[in-house]
Amino acid sequence: MVVGSGPGGLQLSYTLTRYGVPHAVISADPAPGGMFRRWPFFQRLLSWTKPFAPFERGTRFYERYDWNSLIPDDDQHRAIQPRLMDGSSYFPARAEMEQNLVTFARETGTRVRYGCRWTGTARDGEGFRLQTTAGEYRTRVVVFAFGLAEPWKPDIPGIADVPHYADTRAPETYAGKSVFIIGKEVSAFELANGFLPWARQIVLASPRPTQLSVVTNSLVGVRARYVQPYEDHILGGGVAIMNASIDEVSRTAGGFRVRTTRSDGGGSMVFEVDDVIATTGFQPPLGDLAELGVVTSGRERIPSQTPLFESISVPHVYFAGTVTRGAPGLKKHGLPSSSGAVHGHRYNARILARHIARTYFGIDPARPTLRRDEVLGYLLSEVTRAPELWHQKSYLARSVLVDPERGIVDDGIVPLQLFVDGQGPDGVAVAVEANPKAEMYPAVYVRKNNIVSEHLLPTNPLLDFETAEHRAQLTAALAPLL
Amino acid sequence: MPMATTRDELSDKLSNLSLFADLSAAELESVAHIVDERRFAEGERILRQGLSGSGFYIILAGEAIIRIDGKDYGKLGRGDFFGEISVLLGDPPVADIVAARELHCAIIPGPALEPFMVAHPQVMFRMLVSEARKLRTATSWRS
Repeated sequence: MVVGSGPGGLQLSYTLTRYGVPHAVISADPAPGGMFRRWPFFQRLLSWTKPFAPFERGTRFYERYDWNSLIPDDDQHRAIQPRLMDGSSYFPARAEMEQNLVTFARETGTRVRYGCRWTGTARDGEGFRLQTTAGEYRTRVVVFAFGLAEPWKPDIPGIADVPHYADTRAPETYAGKSVFIIGKEVSAFELANGFLPWARQIVLASPRPTQLSVVTNSLVGVRARYVQPYEDHILGGGVAIMNASIDEVSRTAGGFRVRTTRSDGGGSMVFEVDDVIATTGFQPPLGDLAELGVVTSGRERIPSQTPLFESISVPHVYFAGTVTRGAPGLKKHGLPSSSGAVHGHRYNARILARHIARTYFGIDPARPTLRRDEVLGYLLSEVTRAPELWHQKSYLARSVLVDPERGIVDDGIVPLQLFVDGQGPDGVAVAVEANPKAEMYPAVYVRKNNIVSEHLLPTNPLLDFETAEHRAQLTAALAPLL
Repeated sequence: MPMATTRDELSDKLSNLSLFADLSAAELESVAHIVDERRFAEGERILRQGLSGSGFYIILAGEAIIRIDGKDYGKLGRGDFFGEISVLLGDPPVADIVAARELHCAIIPGPALEPFMVAHPQVMFRMLVSEARKLRTATSWRS
């Protein structure tokens, strides 16, 4: 059973079907698309698709430049997103993304029972019974791909009267108004950016200082597209960005009064404004999963998961889509995976499908073997071009194992954590990694007698990891294996 | 069964740890917004001996084992912290830290630790006291 018809549910169902795994997908929505059927509010994505790239559309290597298409195995179904874009931006419009997912479901024949809402979960021997608005389903394994679909607001006095991001009105209704935005994450800056031509004054406030992705050198922080309110702020244009906790929000005759305490010890401040919006995030619609024993972590209540996306506390409950952020991996240098976005979790879904096929259905297609003299060139090509490794840095890896019977086997794309923490045959996993200095480089993990050693190769200005230096260093790292 | 933690619950949890005993409520709330949280399954590795890029971890609940070259050297519990030596020296950890049972940690990513310590000198002082204790214990073993 798969619950959800956003990109996570669609990708998983497609790949399960390719493996020949019988399954059902249900969705409370009337059509594919998940969150992209409504958001982002200002109708353009943060994730790009480059219609023209160093690799031809419809190839695997092109996926590195197309963050939004799902990843079928047949060339004719690949790279759907760039077909639907009009050239005005390399960020697809929301409607273009929705169409991308609708087209994928239609062209690949991915079937979903729409308008069927999951309402409850009970154990049933080794498996589960799922109550839905269309009756009960019995299943051995369940995968929740329900996204972060429920608006969440923190417990602040008066917050009940404050609209959430999800309730934002049409931008022109903020013309000439003063707007107080609670939050300084991406969605706060998306709204502030969209309000620049309308609002008289914009205040953004939360305890944590603003982080910018171009400063953290990662996906952490406000993305470049929405940095304009920050520039307006630092140049004195009228946008105020405050580090403060919000103590209370109350209604006034003409709007709202917001009491705050500055986080830097600067005392309290009171704001009289026309509008307040809470851009305080979303949570997954967990239903009764907590009662079932599913543990979550953090304010967003994302279920804590194993490296193969299974609940750490309830076996046989899995996750797909943006909630696979709950399997954080190694998080080297604190840098997160890309699992919160399509370009990351589409690969997680493929790994999960393989795991389910192998573990529950005994379906395990033979893995290709490699000749000894092919290994070096293959691994260097992968770290230079593989979309899985570039989109999921320090998170997914290409694994090659030395099997005592079959010889050298390509074990496919695997979670890096599973390789470095797992026991198994001798082998190597290669990943692309990055550090806070914005350097990107290949990382090589060699497992010999179940002890893993790390070898970081040099970076390269053109991100070409097939140089003589890389060959030499990888040869040395692989010496214990080959 | 442990339930979800909101930021307010997280600042409550942090306020009960000696490391953060000197912080005001507003400071604690700001810290709660900066740290990450993560639950680890029993047996999962948190720090990895010899692997680069680790962080600073504070145990909110549960128990962890210190393991070097596969041999266990003791346990850590609620309020204990680890990973700071690797981050401060820029070297990979010299031990594995493994969850003895389900483990709940607050995390400060490696690159964020120095700015965090400088911004919260009282926390840095508490860390220093703890390091001094560890050093004294290590010294008394040798004498």
